[in-house]
Amino acid sequence: MQDFLQHLLNGISLGSIYALIALGYTMVYGILQLINFAHSDVYMVGAFAAYYVASLVGLQDSPGFSTLLVLLAASMVACSLLALAIERLAYRPLRKAPKLNILITAIGVSLFLQYFGQAVFGAEPKKFPAVLENKVLVSVAGVDVKTFDIAVLFITVVMMLVLNFIIFKTKLGKAMRAVSTNMKVASMMGVNTDRIIAFTFIVGSSLAGVGSVLVGMKYPSIDPLMGTLFGLKAFVAAVLGGIGSIPGAVLGGIIMGLSEEMVVAYLSSTYRDALAFGILIVILVFKPSGLLGKSQIEKV
Amino acid sequence: MKLLDVRSITMQFGGLKAVDSLSFHIKKGELMGLIGPNGAGKTTVFNMLTGVYKPTLGEIHFNGQAIQGRKPFEISRLGMTRTFQNIRLFKEISVLENVMIGATQHQKYSMLDAALITADYSQAEKALREKSLELLSIFGLESKAYDEAGSLPYGEQRELEIVRALGTQPQLICLDEPAAGMNHQETHSLMETIAKIRKDFNLTVLLIEHDMKLVMGICERIVVLDHGVKIEEGTPSVIQNSPKVIEAYLGVEEVH
Amino acid sequence: MTALRALKIPFLSFLVLIVIAFIGNFALDGFVQLLSIYVLINMILAMSLNLVNGYTGQFSLGHAGFMAVGAYSSAWLSTQVPFLPGPLQIFNFLLYAVVGGIMAAGAGYLVGLPSLRLKGDYLAIVTLGFGEIIRVVLLNTPAVGGARGFYGIPGPTDHDLGGFVLSKFLMGFTHAGFWCLVTFFVIWRLMESSHGRGFLSVREDEIAAEAMGVDTTQAKVRAFVLSSFFAGVAGSIFAHYANYLSPASFNFQRSVDAVIMVVLGGMGSMSGALLAAVFITVMPELLRPLQQVIGVDIRMIIYSLFLILLMIMRPKGLFGKLELTDLYKRWKARKS
Repeated sequence: MQDFLQHLLNGISLGSIYALIALGYTMVYGILQLINFAHSDVYMVGAFAAYYVASLVGLQDSPGFSTLLVLLAASMVACSLLALAIERLAYRPLRKAPKLNILITAIGVSLFLQYFGQAVFGAEPKKFPAVLENKVLVSVAGVDVKTFDIAVLFITVVMMLVLNFIIFKTKLGKAMRAVSTNMKVASMMGVNTDRIIAFTFIVGSSLAGVGSVLVGMKYPSIDPLMGTLFGLKAFVAAVLGGIGSIPGAVLGGIIMGLSEEMVVAYLSSTYRDALAFGILIVILVFKPSGLLGKSQIEKV
Repeated sequence: MKLLDVRSITMQFGGLKAVDSLSFHIKKGELMGLIGPNGAGKTTVFNMLTGVYKPTLGEIHFNGQAIQGRKPFEISRLGMTRTFQNIRLFKEISVLENVMIGATQHQKYSMLDAALITADYSQAEKALREKSLELLSIFGLESKAYDEAGSLPYGEQRELEIVRALGTQPQLICLDEPAAGMNHQETHSLMETIAKIRKDFNLTVLLIEHDMKLVMGICERIVVLDHGVKIEEGTPSVIQNSPKVIEAYLGVEEVH
Repeated sequence: MTALRALKIPFLSFLVLIVIAFIGNFALDGFVQLLSIYVLINMILAMSLNLVNGYTGQFSLGHAGFMAVGAYSSAWLSTQVPFLPGPLQIFNFLLYAVVGGIMAAGAGYLVGLPSLRLKGDYLAIVTLGFGEIIRVVLLNTPAVGGARGFYGIPGPTDHDLGGFVLSKFLMGFTHAGFWCLVTFFVIWRLMESSHGRGFLSVREDEIAAEAMGVDTTQAKVRAFVLSSFFAGVAGSIFAHYANYLSPASFNFQRSVDAVIMVVLGGMGSMSGALLAAVFITVMPELLRPLQQVIGVDIRMIIYSLFLILLMIMRPKGLFGKLELTDLYKRWKARKS
């Protein structure tokens, strides 16, 4: 029982990180109907940006709240700029091209980032700077609740609230919703769709930036291929929840994290990576719209 | 003899009834018109007849066989085919291939026959090619047989849609606004060709049009649809003098 | 008699192939020989994927998975079946290739049936998922070596036939070339038939295709199964020439390689796929000296940049849907 609760906590914590990445996939899909394969590699670059900024300002080994903030800021800015560049240079010229072309381009961008990353950052793993001290905060029924788990949950919840605010309470959010419902009409109503799409990329990739710092904190070894599998799982989470649906991405992320933790704990770790694809295939074959992917759910 | 018998079909999209318990039938050899103002549900009826949608309620009998809910290709193989209002040609392949695809369902040779170029294959392909070119000559398109279908001018694309449908050797052909976007003279000659095809191929034709003047000349019987409901049925003269039809078309009439 | 006529051109091509094999046997060094066999394998792979991605308009991202099924089942079979003596063992390899192909085709059927309802990027993701699942399953199957890899797979060897040495290369090249020709002619002729036109109609417009009586689901599954068959054959040839298999040889990267070949050549052009297969196989070797100078694997950087630029500047690939024969016809028309 105690084990189970511990795994539950770990699973939710991992799941919230999946959720953060999944949001980026879902938002871009909602607006462009594009599986942004490069998203996972933007996330990887975010981790490296945090790593280099930390060594630049000498924060490699001084865990604390301010370090967390600096790394988050560095990663979010780097991810946003990179995503903006990708959108502007690779995706925008193809706005009117067949969907398949954009998909292939996205795969191309993803591969480019992976291998360019290997060339620039080096292929060998690097040690992510210590972000926080992982202390046992409380012990409930024999389950240790540690700083990392609390930090991950807290930051994720804050990010969700901010995202919710942006989407539902600001003019930009309204425009985003308009563009995702019908780009043509939104553009006729005077919405600058290119700007809104760029903004969506910024929001989505900032969340990926946050995710990369949280992953770096929990599993402090980063390498240029770290995004591939993690990103794919986050994407599966988005599809599971119903791609295009924001609450769906969160739900999908949590389910993904939990089931992965449970499979590793109670079955076998070798099948961990097949699990994601198994879930994906079951979902797509039986309910392609995902758990919450109904049209009445707000799409962004 | 009733070739097509539609028995109170209803199509509901969420809360909207696009077609509401519509019944009509077509006799073998008839040329019938289905008219109504824009948004009356005409294309929805076609989509139900040809299997794109499954009617929420009701039955459709073709040649005495219930076909509602069958897949489009099955219905096509039973002998009912259609054209599309918003031209759906196979744009990036040749005009001839477009027509030949219609005959796919009648080809009996296997993939192995094709790989080994057996006699079955060669004869069937040769016959199909000749027949398809012949069909193209109805609209004088045979000289463009090897052009890309998408490169044809608009009017010829509409004509190719009809030829392609004829390639399936149908008993009943459903034409969805075949004259849309054509000028008066083109429309007139198209209608004449339709009448001629019907005679030459011994076809039954169901024609959708929203411009009622157009169909008056060639249709023997007309069903008028408005807001998904049949408001009138009869010969052109009955339709022309029906107050209900005139009411439904008021305002629309002036546009054309 | 018609059957003989049908085999005339393939037979002549096969003779040319044998001549090339002999020239290669004496004129090329071992490394170039190996490369030329990989070129043939990739040609089969590219043509088979072109059938699904190019002609039928579906987007499969899991081709490596089917290649893996073919490779592993063929390799496993070869450890179970006794070898024929001497040069007759070419028939062993033919048998393995057929069985590998059939196993892959079976996998293709299992994958295709449920997932071909999905469109575009969803299908891409599901096929990617299946490809990865196949890889993970192989990774966890000790009978075929698991993560260590499958060692000691029997392959063609040198045979001394009284002074003349029937070399490993001669046999391997002829075998791979044979399947390359089979793939080419089967797909080429299929596309000249109602079955092939059915594939094209699915790519062009599924709703219209159905209205014309084309069973689009069946067409998609058939294209998928046939494509998987040839991918399995390619896998089998690879297994017996490399003598070693590892699940890592069939990762996502390999699927992407196949996609790049098809996209680069132009989706729906067999000539394009063939030329791209040569290019994609040979280019990394040409880049190797450069790589040694700067010490980084720049192959994939160049690939990916190329892919992006291609999509932006020449979205239909180098050949579009044209074949070399079309270009020749145009050239002739212009001259006259």
